[in-house]
Amino acid sequence: MALKEKRLIMKHVDEPGYTNDIDCYLKHGGYEDLKKAVALKPEYICAEVMESGVRGRGGAGFPAGMKWKFLDRKSGKPIYLICNCDESEPGTFKDRQIVHKDPHQLIEGMMIAAFAIQAKLAFIYIRGEFFQGYRILEKAIEEARAGNFLGENILDTGYSCDIIVHRGAGAYICGEETGLIESLEGKRANPRIKPPYFPAALGLYQCPTIVNNVETLCDVKHIVNMGGKEFAKIGTSGNTGTRTWCVSGHVMNPGYYEFACADITLGQLIYDICGGLKPGRKLKAVIPGGSSAKVLRADERFRGTLQDGTEFDWGIEDIPMDFDSLAACGSMSGSGGVIVMDDSTDIVEALANINYFYAHESCGQCTPCREGVPWLRKVTRRMVDGEAREEDADLLKSIADQIAGRTICAFGEAASWPVQSFIEKFKDEFVEKAREQAARRKEGKKPATETTLV
Amino acid sequence: MNLKPETIEKIDKLVSRYPTKRSAALPLCHLVQEDQGYLSNEAMEWIARRLDLQPINILELVTFYPMLRTKPVGKYHVRVCHTLPCALAGAYQTCRRLEEALHVKAGHTSEDNLVTLEYVECHADCGRAPVVMVGEEEYTGVDPEKAGEMAARIKSGELSIGMPDA
Ligand SMILES: Cc1cc2nc3c(=O)[nH]c(=O)nc-3n(C[C@H](O)[C@H](O)[C@H](O)COP(=O)(O)O)c2cc1C
Ligand code: SF4
Ligand code: FES
Repeated sequence: MALKEKRLIMKHVDEPGYTNDIDCYLKHGGYEDLKKAVALKPEYICAEVMESGVRGRGGAGFPAGMKWKFLDRKSGKPIYLICNCDESEPGTFKDRQIVHKDPHQLIEGMMIAAFAIQAKLAFIYIRGEFFQGYRILEKAIEEARAGNFLGENILDTGYSCDIIVHRGAGAYICGEETGLIESLEGKRANPRIKPPYFPAALGLYQCPTIVNNVETLCDVKHIVNMGGKEFAKIGTSGNTGTRTWCVSGHVMNPGYYEFACADITLGQLIYDICGGLKPGRKLKAVIPGGSSAKVLRADERFRGTLQDGTEFDWGIEDIPMDFDSLAACGSMSGSGGVIVMDDSTDIVEALANINYFYAHESCGQCTPCREGVPWLRKVTRRMVDGEAREEDADLLKSIADQIAGRTICAFGEAASWPVQSFIEKFKDEFVEKAREQAARRKEGKKPATETTLV
Repeated sequence: MNLKPETIEKIDKLVSRYPTKRSAALPLCHLVQEDQGYLSNEAMEWIARRLDLQPINILELVTFYPMLRTKPVGKYHVRVCHTLPCALAGAYQTCRRLEEALHVKAGHTSEDNLVTLEYVECHADCGRAPVVMVGEEEYTGVDPEKAGEMAARIKSGELSIGMPDA
């Protein structure tokens, strides 16, 4: 296995002398792929994207070509394209790099996608906290307009499409695509009831709409550049292209690293690329795909059969970093946010932190989520505050089990999976917390110790 | 409503770009909040009128989206990310140092209106944790020592308030 990054999306990001203005972009061959694309038939581009096998980089990993196919083209209604730049899954910080350091790549990818689906108008929904990113995008769009790469009669083809940058205002649920659409319509970001399962059928203003992540839309540019077949050769079958892994937590060199799918194992990522753990520390757990992903325990064995029939028996360090391998281990590659925890981590506190996040972010539409997630937070808060009970682990699991699968949107799962997996894999530490506190109480000491993660 | 002419100009330009007026509601909340510092009842009514909506349509946004506020913040708006990756990097110690040095509890504004200190959720820069925002300016790798320096520069007024027009 090669340990060299394969920088496709992040090729110029961080390159010395590379700036985010259009002159620099054009000097590096920018907008040539858009020129190529508008000379092609839109259906041809869609077929290339299908052939590339590229899967969504926003979290769910749904094949982009397939999603585009679901588009209702017969309705006669306008078609919209939305770039999901809400980047709010804790642990994820890849879209930020593209927006800040190579915004024209995103704009080019978006205009190619817009042309391919024949969108009438495109939006970038950017999280409100990206103040600088918003200004960078606004400037880049004006530059692109001046170059006739967007707006009226793009490159004299007769095709017109504009991009509106729309700022969110601090709500995680705006990342969920139907919540995002509601937000874009000027309402609360309450996710919509499914079906329809895809906004491609009914989306923004009840019109067919494609929502894709920033990185996915950048991939589209490279698919047009090299052709779907070539793109599909990067990575493995079913896991094509590159992924940008965002590593945070207890490693020496946190950061973002782009590799071809399956080209690197989790162990190599942590030890060889990120410089390993802090001196004297041992690995305890990894959340591999943003805080919603199920946690992996450092000493567990992962056994099973992959889709192609091969059997695997991996330790945590052996897991290939791609969609299917992480799914086979019972977790997911999600948004690519790899959160590393060493043996100094108090697991109950870590879960208390995660529960706080989800309790804060529930939109409040569904009872199991609105009531259940704050309940999870309350239990873990009580535990770290010195009132842990031995039966709390079971209580937490039972609450989480009653949320997942019973809600309007996948936030229900996103909030339950951490709890279910933490309890499944670290139940001993939850029980131990209660025993420890009981012992301290008996000795006349304060049952709670000072917390560092909540 | 006493909005700056630049704000009015931005609003007029923005509203006309959207396929429906209502879609401009959130952007208008941002623009008016930036102009006024917060969203008063009068401001919400003004936005509603501008977009042919009812005031409740704006209030329901203001109560939903954490970044919209109905009260002004202090001169320095300090936001400390406390989500897991930042917490693992010591965000709580960072915030405690700020609390002590600035004599204000997280979630509050200091009595002299100098600082509003808040916890916020993941700001998507977890590789450079702990992350602290001052106004619209981002500071990364803010350990307690750097937090101490930041607090000192806030008290002396040397630190930028982090607003683009200021
Ligand atoms: C609770 C929740 C939060 C989400 N947050 C994001 C996000 O911040 N960014 C993103 O691109 N997708 C996010 N998604 C996934 C989107 O709903 C959608 O699947 C994605 O934007 C589609 O783009 P893709 O197919 O290119 O990945 C989230 C989903 C859920 C359920
Ligand atoms: S699951 Fe939670 S976030 Fe999703 S719609 Fe229901 S209440 Fe809202
Ligand atoms: S957790 Fe603080 S920036 Fe992500």
